[in-house]
Amino acid sequence: MTTSIGRKPSSTIPVVTVILAIIMIWYAGAINLNSPQIIDRYEKKGIDWSFTQLATDSWNMKRAVLPSPHQILAELKTTIIDKNVTSKRSLVFHAGITLSSTLLGFVLGAGLGISLAVGIVYVETLDKSLMPWIITSQTIPILALAPMVIVVFGAMGISGLLPKALISMYLCFFPVAVGMVKGLRSPQPMLVDLLNTYSASKWQVFWRLRLPSAVPFLFASLKVAIALSLVGAIVAELPTGGQAGLGARLLSGSYYGQTNLIWASLIVAAVMSASLVSILGIIERKVCYRLAGGQEISNEL
Amino acid sequence: MNLASTNTATNNVVEVKEVCLDFHTKDGVVKALSNVDLSINAGEFVSFIGPSGCGKTTLMRVLADLEKPTSGSVLVNGMSPAEARKQRAYGYVFQAPALLPWRTVQDNVLLPLEIMGYNKDQRQKLAQEYLQLVSLSGFEAKYPWQLSGGMQQRVSIARALSVEPQLLFMDEPFGALDEITRDHLNDQLLRLWQQTKKTVVFVTHSIPEAVFLSSRIVVMSPRPGRIIDIIDCNLPADRTLDIRESPEFLAIAQRVRAGLAAGHNYDD
Amino acid sequence: MNSSSMLHRLSSSCGLALLLSLLALTLPWAASSAETMGVNAWQHLDWLILLLTVALCALAGLTLVNQLLPRAFLVTALTLIALWQVTSVVKHAELAGQTQFGFWSLVIAIGLCVWASMKFLATIRLFGNKAQGFINLMIPALLGAWFISLWELAAIGFAIPHVLLPAPSVVGEAIVSSIPTLAADFNQTVIKAVIPGFLLGNFVGFSVAVVADKIPFLRRGLLPVGNLVSAIPIVGIAPIMVMWFGFDWQSKVAVVVIMTFFPMLVNTIAGLGESDAMEKDLLRSYGATYWQSFFKLRLPNALPFVFNALKINSTLALIGAIVAEFFGTPIVGMGFRISTEVGRMNIEMVWASIAVAALAGSTFYGVLALLERRVTFWHASFRKAHH
Repeated sequence: MTTSIGRKPSSTIPVVTVILAIIMIWYAGAINLNSPQIIDRYEKKGIDWSFTQLATDSWNMKRAVLPSPHQILAELKTTIIDKNVTSKRSLVFHAGITLSSTLLGFVLGAGLGISLAVGIVYVETLDKSLMPWIITSQTIPILALAPMVIVVFGAMGISGLLPKALISMYLCFFPVAVGMVKGLRSPQPMLVDLLNTYSASKWQVFWRLRLPSAVPFLFASLKVAIALSLVGAIVAELPTGGQAGLGARLLSGSYYGQTNLIWASLIVAAVMSASLVSILGIIERKVCYRLAGGQEISNEL
Repeated sequence: MNLASTNTATNNVVEVKEVCLDFHTKDGVVKALSNVDLSINAGEFVSFIGPSGCGKTTLMRVLADLEKPTSGSVLVNGMSPAEARKQRAYGYVFQAPALLPWRTVQDNVLLPLEIMGYNKDQRQKLAQEYLQLVSLSGFEAKYPWQLSGGMQQRVSIARALSVEPQLLFMDEPFGALDEITRDHLNDQLLRLWQQTKKTVVFVTHSIPEAVFLSSRIVVMSPRPGRIIDIIDCNLPADRTLDIRESPEFLAIAQRVRAGLAAGHNYDD
Repeated sequence: MNSSSMLHRLSSSCGLALLLSLLALTLPWAASSAETMGVNAWQHLDWLILLLTVALCALAGLTLVNQLLPRAFLVTALTLIALWQVTSVVKHAELAGQTQFGFWSLVIAIGLCVWASMKFLATIRLFGNKAQGFINLMIPALLGAWFISLWELAAIGFAIPHVLLPAPSVVGEAIVSSIPTLAADFNQTVIKAVIPGFLLGNFVGFSVAVVADKIPFLRRGLLPVGNLVSAIPIVGIAPIMVMWFGFDWQSKVAVVVIMTFFPMLVNTIAGLGESDAMEKDLLRSYGATYWQSFFKLRLPNALPFVFNALKINSTLALIGAIVAEFFGTPIVGMGFRISTEVGRMNIEMVWASIAVAALAGSTFYGVLALLERRVTFWHASFRKAHH
């Protein structure tokens, strides 16, 4: 193929532009959404007002309908830096609680997903009987189960980490199982035949061919799974009535109309999710680098 | 360009002058084409032959305006390649069939006709006609992935012919096929060329294929990609595949081989 | 695979099932307050018939080794009959909550029969797509039937309180007795929120992707942002939307639109970039315009990706609407029902709502999957079925 291999243009400038545009739209939206209340207030007090005053007031309104980015940043600063980590008002404390059930659920879900995948690839009966259910299980809005799982486990005297992790686990196992089945079946038939000419055992084929070929698929699905695991943990924290965790902060923010708190919790959740995914991305690169015998594997499509 | 387009008095279908093309890759600049001069007359069958990396496909892509030269001038039908492409002056057959899997065989042949705005009756008529020409009548309703590789490539040839271009670019069209299918299609292509008097530009790395089909063979060499020999090849018009055993065929093949060997620097 | 060794293994689960049913004949099935020995299978005719069915099933699996079809169908039929019998036997006053080893060894025997029937069915290769399709449906259906029966047996056999795990039959009764409530919830959540939100979110996501595809600067900016956003828990936006758009369906539509937007955006952009260089050159050689190559080449190539997004979004839309209802809703809706009935410890009603949600979710997904099969039949992942 003689196509020109030009250097890929960098995405930095477009991404920054898009983010700046979002921030500008945000500020405009803050005026749009907050101004009715502010104008109301002006009229009650009988104050003359200008647009600049309206803008500044809507950007600095307390309990705003849409708090402006700098208010959210201020909220992040007070709840992350100013508050003691052990304080119930520290987002670091709540993020830590959510993170622990996210990670436990992720480990359990990934373990379950991988074992199911191995079973499905090696046992035809499992492939035919279980695979359809694995797919169906994901068409069920499982998060709807979260309140019940929490309450039922609570009734049995089990609360805290485990029930939340179970919900995360349920969300996690699917992408891992499906991705891993795909990965374990990805080696070319010719390579399987090659190992068969060496009269390799099933397990030799597994360790030397199927598993290494599945690694890229595994990591792709692990990245999806860990993001889902966090969603599961957050939703699982909703029914506990606002005790602990980022989900609980979301709920109490919504109870008391503290929009700053809701946005701050959301941003912490987003940063946590993005970091977890990128940590997996770094591990992926390391592992794939070793598998490819020290060659850089490009992640681009 | 404007200056060049005024001197179109000759019957040259293709006119290439001092064309250079550099690719910028991670490992530096690759000279894909270096000072290439070539003219092709109407009705000729010209093959580009050479080892991989010699720029034969790149040269053809330049003619088809799928690649822009770094310097030099190119005229196709007296126009720039871009103008010629927009006037739909040529048909192009790729290395792979490149058939759209969601269209039936018939609909694949209809594709260029739809794009070029033929009316419905004309479209049907042309598609039928050229599918028949490549002996694929009866397969209209099949999907490409239900056909063998050879049949797929014949569909793609019918597709290129259906718009009845006077100029046909073929980029190793039979490269991926088995030898028996390849011989058969070579024979069919030769008849087709003789019947239609089209100008054909053909890229190959098979010496017998080039000698059997061509009226002229352009031998190319890599690093930098350049033309090292142009061989006239006037075998009798009524030749069949048996001619490959004849002394005159072998003599031309020998000259092509010698050219290829001379241009080859044994540094890799 | 070696066929003789496979047959050997196939019969082993039936052999074990036969042994276990013999064991079930000797062990007590239920604890009894009157006798110290407990109640045995031979003391009730229907228990004995059940035992006989299982034994016959195992025997059929063991003896009809060379008759592939009769063996698979006979064993499957007898297994299904046994499953049906055992779920009615367990409700017997002497058994419910008092089950003993004899009963459970028979249950394990039935489990082995289920495994054997699935295995026999899985080895069948039929000509004709319809018949093979039926078999391929039978196998997971058997597993599902076994799972639900086991749940029923455990819930009734161990007398698990309804608050912890209501038996499927109890949930079924709850569904039948509260159809009007469930229908109203379905209407509020699915018809008013999920479907409009799904349509709107996908439409907007697709349109933005088409625009972004035309403007490379926008695409390069949106794609990383879109990928980042699809990793973050967007469900968290629900309380904000409830604040903005009120308790009724409008806020749920908003959540669904936001949740479905990004998967559609990212997938469509990826799909529109899917056409390979040769296909693009082909269209270029015809001098095709942007929109000609869009409609004739790039959109069809993007369809598998678009359908992927639609399928992902079908589940996301339901989740979004239900979770948004946890944050506030008029007194109707599936999410509302689940959260209030959990509060009242009325768990069978929660399961009933979840069953409706599951049915709605899988129907939604199934319809999209069928549509995908019709529209992208040409894609490599479906071609096998057409050969």
